[in-house]
Amino acid sequence: MTSKTPISVWFFTGALVAFYGIVILAYGLYALTLPPSGRALSELHPDIWWGGVMLVIGGIYTIKFYPFGKK
Amino acid sequence: MTSHIIVLHSVDLVIIGAYFAAVLLVGFYLKGRSSTGEDFFLAGREMTAWVAGLSFLSANLGSLELMGWAAAAYQYGILATHWYWIGAIPAMLFLGVVMMPFYYISKTHSVPGYLKLRYGESSRALSSVCFAFMTVLMSGINMYAMALVLKVVLGWDIYFSIWVSSITVAIYVSLGGLRSAIFNEVLQFFLIWMGALLVPILGLIETGGWGGLKARILTNLGSAQYTHLWSGLGSFSANPMGIHWTGIVLGLGWVISFGYWTTDFLVVQRVLAAKDLRSARMAPIIGAAFKMAVPFIVILPGLLGLAVLPMKLTGETAALASGAHSYNEVLPLMLAHYFGPGLLGLGITALIAGFMSGMAGNVSAFATVWTYDIYRAGIRKNAADAHYVTMGRWSAIGGVMISIGTAYLVMQFSSIMVYVQALFSFFIAPLLGTVVLGMFWKRATPAGGFWGLLCGTVSAIGMWGWVKADPAALRYIALSAGAKDMAEDMYRALWSWLVCVIVTVAVSYLTKPKPESELKGLVYGCTEIPSEKDLSLFQRPVFWAVLVAVILAALNIYFW
Repeated sequence: MTSKTPISVWFFTGALVAFYGIVILAYGLYALTLPPSGRALSELHPDIWWGGVMLVIGGIYTIKFYPFGKK
Repeated sequence: MTSHIIVLHSVDLVIIGAYFAAVLLVGFYLKGRSSTGEDFFLAGREMTAWVAGLSFLSANLGSLELMGWAAAAYQYGILATHWYWIGAIPAMLFLGVVMMPFYYISKTHSVPGYLKLRYGESSRALSSVCFAFMTVLMSGINMYAMALVLKVVLGWDIYFSIWVSSITVAIYVSLGGLRSAIFNEVLQFFLIWMGALLVPILGLIETGGWGGLKARILTNLGSAQYTHLWSGLGSFSANPMGIHWTGIVLGLGWVISFGYWTTDFLVVQRVLAAKDLRSARMAPIIGAAFKMAVPFIVILPGLLGLAVLPMKLTGETAALASGAHSYNEVLPLMLAHYFGPGLLGLGITALIAGFMSGMAGNVSAFATVWTYDIYRAGIRKNAADAHYVTMGRWSAIGGVMISIGTAYLVMQFSSIMVYVQALFSFFIAPLLGTVVLGMFWKRATPAGGFWGLLCGTVSAIGMWGWVKADPAALRYIALSAGAKDMAEDMYRALWSWLVCVIVTVAVSYLTKPKPESELKGLVYGCTEIPSEKDLSLFQRPVFWAVLVAVILAALNIYFW
């Protein structure tokens, strides 16, 4: 974050990470309907929980550094 | 090649596309905030310690860094970690605690600019010309290497990869200058971690933790030296790299590491953008703390490759001849081993983000050195600030174009890659001698600085040429006929640094020094460093530097 830039770099970062979290989580949930992929540890469904982690981290940054509507 | 390591799905392309849209959005958003020279070249000197620190690290965390060191870990084992720990952390802490006040208080805009203030125009000219052109040539080589990886891994056309990624970098750096590069580097830092961190987590689950990983490597390779940092460094033949601990400590830990982290303007520029001296001192310390963790996402995947991949990887030449996978493909292979659609897009985005952060670092540093240290110093001295900003924007684009040209040249003549990489390393070690003597020895004279830098660089080139012409000379340069390339680089750097120091000292004693009044703000003993007595313990950079150093020592002991 800089002192003069209205939109913080942390907001940009949080928004993109949250977006990725949503996309990866959603695909992970969709993949539950597909046959097993055969990849190592795919039974742990890393896309679901990693997407969730990204959504939470990105969401926290997005909300904390949300620039619009602030005076 | 008809089959590729990774096949992307539409969800992966959405993720990659969103990344390109985001970095361009940042560039356009920051365009209106880079109208002055200070804004464009130094990001307005308003970055917090965290932003400057993460950017400082991210500019170094290029995709070749990720893939190259994962490959080195597969080839040499955990020894590759030395390049992240003893080969980086002490130098970063030294920059923050000791050197930063001189860079920052002198208000220089670049490292060559500091040499101008300390030694004079001739040292600045030599260092800026070497740095500017080596930087964009290196950028082009990295660009080609990245495009080659994307071709092998994904089947993407090399020209497509080169042009799309480099035009994107040219747009956002020329629009927003250093501020845009730094913003995107912070963004890229997060993406690199998010994309790469899951590989070691899943790998440790699969292998049963660090103990299980060591056991598997021992079973697969029959040697325990792949998982020990120091215990095999007592002799050249007892470790996979063919190196002695003196090479690691003196060559890597001192000359190469301090040369890169304290004098390479590509990384120092990020810290100069800090909003005040305390932030400038904290930034490298924050960077060091994260740098210490990077082996988790770079070295560990390489070691995991030794443990879990069903195939044996080989060198590039053997891989091309046999159709097997090369060491450099270990990270993409690990991505393919664990990641499905979505996560694969994230992993590839991390690699592309790494490449672009490294390239943006090169281009923004080139634009500054070209505009201030070459164009303004030697071509047009007294133009308006707006003129130099315009020149900065065009030189960013020009730097990208030279990089693309270099990438095309390398496609035709692959041996150029070896020469340019070597050339870059020739310059850094002597520069360390010049900067450190200038900062901490009042008696160093302008003539001493210039001739030391020149002789150190020429000696490095000479040693390199000697070994090329007569490979038997390796036993004199690297102290062992069996030394590998990395070991040779380290000893050559050490000798060229020594040559620089000896020549600088000798010439300085034969020539007239500058009066102390001209050394204020530039040299230890002539510069008043602002006191930090009013700061609490937790606000003092030294406290955090000591903490990072203690953790570094503990990690080295644990993985001894």
